[in-house]
Amino acid sequence: MNNPYIVLPIILQLVAAVVLMFFWTKTKAQKVLSIIFSVAAVLVAAYLLVEVWHSGILITQSGNWKAPFGITFVADLLGVTLVLVSSIAALGVSIFSAGSMREERLKFGYYPVFHFLVMGLQGAFLTGDIFNLYVWFEVIIISSFVLMTLGGKKAQLEGAIKYVSLNLLASSLFLIGIGFLYGLTGTLNMADLSIKIKEIQNIGLVNVTGGLFLVAFGIKSAIFPMYFWLPASYHTPPPAVTAIFGGLLTKVGVYAMLRTFSLIFGGDEFMTVTISIIAALTILGGAFGAMSHRHMSKIFGYLIISHIGFMMVGISIFTEIALLGTIFYLIHDIIVKTNLFMVSGLVLKINGTQDIKDLGGLYKSYPLLSLLMAIPLFSLVGIPPLSGFWAKIFFVEGALEAGDYLLVISVILGSFLTLWIIGKVWTEVFWKKGENLPKQANGVYFDELPPIGKWSMVFPMLLLSFVSLYIGLGAKHVISLSQKIATELVDPSSYIQVVLQNQVP
Amino acid sequence: MKSIIFKTSAKYLLPVLMLFSVFMLLRGHYLPGGGFVGGLMAALAFILHSFAFGLEETKKMIVVHPGLLMPIGLFFALMAGIAPWVFQEPFMTGLWYGEPLRMVGMVGTALLFDIGVYFVVIGSVLTVMFSIREII
Repeated sequence: MNNPYIVLPIILQLVAAVVLMFFWTKTKAQKVLSIIFSVAAVLVAAYLLVEVWHSGILITQSGNWKAPFGITFVADLLGVTLVLVSSIAALGVSIFSAGSMREERLKFGYYPVFHFLVMGLQGAFLTGDIFNLYVWFEVIIISSFVLMTLGGKKAQLEGAIKYVSLNLLASSLFLIGIGFLYGLTGTLNMADLSIKIKEIQNIGLVNVTGGLFLVAFGIKSAIFPMYFWLPASYHTPPPAVTAIFGGLLTKVGVYAMLRTFSLIFGGDEFMTVTISIIAALTILGGAFGAMSHRHMSKIFGYLIISHIGFMMVGISIFTEIALLGTIFYLIHDIIVKTNLFMVSGLVLKINGTQDIKDLGGLYKSYPLLSLLMAIPLFSLVGIPPLSGFWAKIFFVEGALEAGDYLLVISVILGSFLTLWIIGKVWTEVFWKKGENLPKQANGVYFDELPPIGKWSMVFPMLLLSFVSLYIGLGAKHVISLSQKIATELVDPSSYIQVVLQNQVP
Repeated sequence: MKSIIFKTSAKYLLPVLMLFSVFMLLRGHYLPGGGFVGGLMAALAFILHSFAFGLEETKKMIVVHPGLLMPIGLFFALMAGIAPWVFQEPFMTGLWYGEPLRMVGMVGTALLFDIGVYFVVIGSVLTVMFSIREII
């Protein structure tokens, strides 16, 4: 069904960025406006989700050029759900930045660039054209590069170089893959590609293209053996930036894999085996990496990798039940990881360090705050009934059904290792007897902030914890949503039909 | 630069180059030209002026900070994108005013978009060049 307004989530972020650019030096106004726009974005996304849930997939042909030729924007359940979840995470980060971001960073356009980044994310989730997807990836990379280097500290620049060089490599591989696809089929529309790719005789070349896409998205989403840029760069920018990166950027890669492997390169034996081995190694590699570090942001960085591995399980098996797990985990992970990096940011603000050996006694000095921080930490482990638990059941069930015992073992082992790591962080940071840490000269500590500053850091954690509690306790709703998305991914015929409208026989 | 020939010619080149940049802007869409080239040309005119008379003179002439042109340009481009929504048309659909105007040609949202690009290019090029010149 046609609906010209489904691009509103993208436009709203662009409007936000443009309006905020007019207030370049007025940081107070920027804070307020950014929060207002982020709230509006959440409302728009929620409305869109309800709309799509009731009336099916919505599309708009931008520029009024008909489907296989113009750029189509498609609001299907997967895209819209991610739009909603990412705008909730962005709202959290927007509020968190208002409290935690330093004035000099705000003066160099932190907020406008932040909204450009979120615009790129929303665009990637809503587009139905593979080249347009590449363009949104570029928007994301450029904005994230600015966010990562803003402030210009030496460590930041070092991290940014690693981050950008590897991500640009991924982008060029992605572009080469698109070139192959266009050469093979003569179209860029993903629905059209899905039909035309089946008629190609040269299966070998299609699989090579699939491999290029796997490597490109694999670098972006940090899967084994291409994840080394992530722990090397994610701990360098300020906590608010890390929160949005950790919560959302790697997940766009997973989304792109879900989309392309559902529509274009489905059902190849070799690819399935490769992805399942990669998934197992990613889970374990990330977990072992997290065990060997003592810097909180680095530990959480490795945990991102480990949990990307969980999502790869569904992509490799590609049955409905395993995909249900992946979608559920994706929704849960965006919220929880964003929250987790805010927790580590708050710990940094309270103590001035993130080294878990030096930290301690947080539970004694901030009991209520510690309980709040416990929610994301233990949601991540998946202690029932918190949100991480449900997805893992589906992973194990799906892997058992497919007879892939390597994945069963690695999912269970990965969960135990996560529990062990989070348990270590909890005992070291919260329960261990704390020592008096030397005060650092620059930077404002949490205790010295005015009440509004404190609340602007605590409130987003409350908000996201509430959402992840809802995902865990109201799992019924999220499961039925993920179920419907998984069905659409396994059988994309309705997607193709809506996009190409009457051209399918 | 002190050369009197350069200074005198720069004074006359500024309006000529500006006029040429507008010509380039309007010529776009069907023929080579457009907002990007026009914007570069206009930015070049100001940079030439700043070489001849110094950065301070040029800044005084522009009055506003060139960075402000970027959001203005983005705003025009955004308007061109969402204008079709008023007529229930998809995002970015080209809307055209009935018949061609004298000198300008066909006027539509594509021109508005190009004007947006024109401003963004002037703003960003001048911001970059001015900050480089302030450092050296």
